[in-house]
Amino acid sequence: MADTILVVVEQQQGKLNRASWETIAAGQTIAAATGWALEAAVVGASIGEVAVEVAGKKLAKVYAIDAVVLGAYTPDAFAVALKQLVEAIQPKLVIMPHTYQVRDFAPKLAASLGRSLISDCIAFRKDDTSGQLLFTRQMFQGKFAADVTFQSEAPWFATFQNGSFRGDHAEDGAAPAPVEAFAVTIADGVVRNKPEAWFKEAKAAVDLTQAEIIVAIGRGIKEEKNIAIAQALADALGGEVAASRPICDNGWLPMDRQVGSSGQTVAPKVYIALGISGAIQHVVGMKGARAIIAINKDAEAPIFEIADYAVVGNLFDIVPPLTEEVKKARAGA
Amino acid sequence: MKILVCMKQVPQKDAPLKLNEAGTWIREEVSYEVNEPDAYALEEALRQKEKHTGEVVVITSGPARSQQVLREALAKGADRAIHLEDDAFVGLDAFNTAKAFAAAIKDEQFDLIFTGLQSDDYGFAQTGVILAELLGWAHATIIMQIEKTEAGIRVKRELEAGYFQYVDMPTPAVLTIQSGINKLRYATLIGIKNAKNKPMRKVAMAEVASAIGPNLQKIERLYVPQKSKQTQLLEGSPGEIAKKLVDKLRNELRAI
Ligand SMILES: Cc1cc2nc3c(=O)[nH]c(=O)nc-3n(C[C@H](O)[C@H](O)[C@H](O)COP(=O)(O)OP(=O)(O)OC[C@H]3O[C@@H](n4cnc5c(N)ncnc54)[C@H](O)[C@@H]3O)c2cc1C
Ligand SMILES: Nc1ncnc2c1ncn2[C@@H]1O[C@H](COP(=O)(O)O)[C@@H](O)[C@H]1O
Repeated sequence: MADTILVVVEQQQGKLNRASWETIAAGQTIAAATGWALEAAVVGASIGEVAVEVAGKKLAKVYAIDAVVLGAYTPDAFAVALKQLVEAIQPKLVIMPHTYQVRDFAPKLAASLGRSLISDCIAFRKDDTSGQLLFTRQMFQGKFAADVTFQSEAPWFATFQNGSFRGDHAEDGAAPAPVEAFAVTIADGVVRNKPEAWFKEAKAAVDLTQAEIIVAIGRGIKEEKNIAIAQALADALGGEVAASRPICDNGWLPMDRQVGSSGQTVAPKVYIALGISGAIQHVVGMKGARAIIAINKDAEAPIFEIADYAVVGNLFDIVPPLTEEVKKARAGA
Repeated sequence: MKILVCMKQVPQKDAPLKLNEAGTWIREEVSYEVNEPDAYALEEALRQKEKHTGEVVVITSGPARSQQVLREALAKGADRAIHLEDDAFVGLDAFNTAKAFAAAIKDEQFDLIFTGLQSDDYGFAQTGVILAELLGWAHATIIMQIEKTEAGIRVKRELEAGYFQYVDMPTPAVLTIQSGINKLRYATLIGIKNAKNKPMRKVAMAEVASAIGPNLQKIERLYVPQKSKQTQLLEGSPGEIAKKLVDKLRNELRAI
């Protein structure tokens, strides 16, 4: 059997998650480096249209795993269904987007086959001399990157962090790829969890997505009362205050001010990060800012990797004079 | 309810980390703390016990230093602790760590196992889910609320972009806990004193070695990530930096 890479795309209620295109782009990159064939799988109920949409990309084949029990996501049903597909087609490599849903079932899927999952990768490289496939992932909250290899027999499993590959780079095929239905058997009693519909908590009071200037605080702000320092800067600039997750976890600011993968995604003109380390889950929510100013006392904080302007220093020394200068500049202007 | 909480010791958030000579791991002489979501997992277990009675057991795998997280947990109110103690546990992949835990608790009967949703050092986000698979239990991840029901439990899962979802599920189950699910308590002086007399079971590598295998993934190289952006570094006294920033905000970013 030819060596293949299987991309498992993600869809909700007949809509493809955008991260799916990124994973297809990742698959095409790996296919180009290895010479392996690239196939995709769509899992869910009534997914015919999604499968056809995916089949427009440059892929050898698309498997549609369509079953009523796969309609509402559960880890049991997804792991069992994909296990059956992987056992039947024996791919070398299975790749998926590192979404919350994939995090929920992929470790179970890999373990059920006695195999390993390299999770949350940000890049892939084939070493020319050793021929090794290297999967790069962040470690120590982004302070280091690691090149990781598989040590077991295939199939290997890997997930890619959002934004690691560009979805708009996923190549279209010359002709639509064939869509093949793959039937799975999921016995009664296999699915133990009973999920309910998604919901949002009370509607957000502020819409950070509309803010032109955001002053965001992280754990470096130290105490709740110090938020006033950031608020003063935001007021002087005519911007909004936002925060990293721990600030909202502490209840210092409401959840709707949280930026990141479990909060809001913002793209202001200017994002000023005060005492934020730059963990990937925060960065995915703000890296689209046109300019990022970071003030952090740790010169090695990962936030500086994406900052346009970097200030290594104590925010408590720098922010108050900055606020004064901004006020002066505005009064003079 | 009998609840096991997996708690990992990780380098402190602010600790400056250095690579070892081989470039495969960090130099271990740093300060350590409890992995953040694991602290929330312990708090949640203690709250469930206070509501429904039962027992809270904490487990860690790691060198002698990692006993500290168990001591702290006992001081906060956990009833007993299990320490898989060996330097080699640090290097295990998530599959092997889960296998070691499964072997160490094979004679126990828990209703629930809590882990953090991911570790600050490896960041696998896998250990709890794999443990559930090894035990044949149901699981749910990124949990923000837990209620006991007639048939089992009802949990609130955090989803992306501000969405949530309730899930009813049976026990025994493994739940991976998200930071912020509750408010953490501090250990009291009396708690710290009582902790000294609480049971701590040590498990040597030899006891679980037959249950684990070679790692299925390997870190070939650990390194400082390359910068992807041109960054302007602004230096000087706070006053000078403030002036420079205002100049950038006004003239380059047109934000003032
Ligand atoms: C599934 C999942 C979802 C998540 N979702 C989100 C999310 O939506 N948003 C989010 O933000 N996080 C999220 N997180 C958490 C994320 O991983 C980080 O833990 C979090 O972003 C860290 O916040 P921080 O940078 O404020 O704190 P830390 O990482 O503790 O960083 C504090 C920083 O402040 C600096 N500092 C300290 N004192 C000073 C000072 N006086 N002056 C200047 N700098 C100082 C330190 O050097 C350090 O870099 C999520 C995590 C997971 C696993
Ligand atoms: N060595 C360990 N000791 C105790 N708990 C661990 C260990 N490794 C992982 N865990 C638990 O598993 C969770 C997820 O870790 P990880 O899969 O490494 O992201 C952590 O939050 C801990 O609760």
